[in-house]
Amino acid sequence: MTNPLDSLWGTVIVGLVLTVILYFVVRTMTGG
Amino acid sequence: MEMLPGIYRWIHILAGIMWIGLLYYFNFVQVAALKAAQGDGTAAGITKHVAPRALFYFRWAALVTWLAGAALLGSNFVAAFTFQGGFQKIGVGAWLGTIMLLNVWGVIWPNQKKILGLVQATDEQKTKARRTAFLASRTNTALSIPMIFFMVAQTHIPM
Repeated sequence: MTNPLDSLWGTVIVGLVLTVILYFVVRTMTGG
Repeated sequence: MEMLPGIYRWIHILAGIMWIGLLYYFNFVQVAALKAAQGDGTAAGITKHVAPRALFYFRWAALVTWLAGAALLGSNFVAAFTFQGGFQKIGVGAWLGTIMLLNVWGVIWPNQKKILGLVQATDEQKTKARRTAFLASRTNTALSIPMIFFMVAQTHIPM
């Protein structure tokens, strides 16, 4: 399995996916 | 005294631009440039003259960014890092920034010292250091995306 961090755009996608996941985590924390 | 939070924010943003700007330079420009330069024998120009200077400003800007951010949080520092009411968004940003700072000083810089020959290392150790520093740098690039989102979100993105 290739590491997404080996590719620049894979890295950007990892960052964007993490942003979406954390968005929902924080939304749950704030009761939104 | 009432100017201080504004001054801290100003320093936080200035240093943050330098830190993340150099992080993006390494990941978006230098990695690909080095690969091409190795092909035509000009890599030394980057590794000898550019990379050490960029790394110097990179690691110190990271520290100044974190310290100015901590000063800006002031008495809310603990509330942010423990995700207390109203501080969840900036708390996530602060944690991501802290992980990134630890990555810079605890992983990237010690491995870069081996790569640049500032500390003794065998060829095998240098190869391993190159891979470790690369992945840590890519991790920070990925983390910078949600980090900046949550820094902005604290006051500008309702959730």
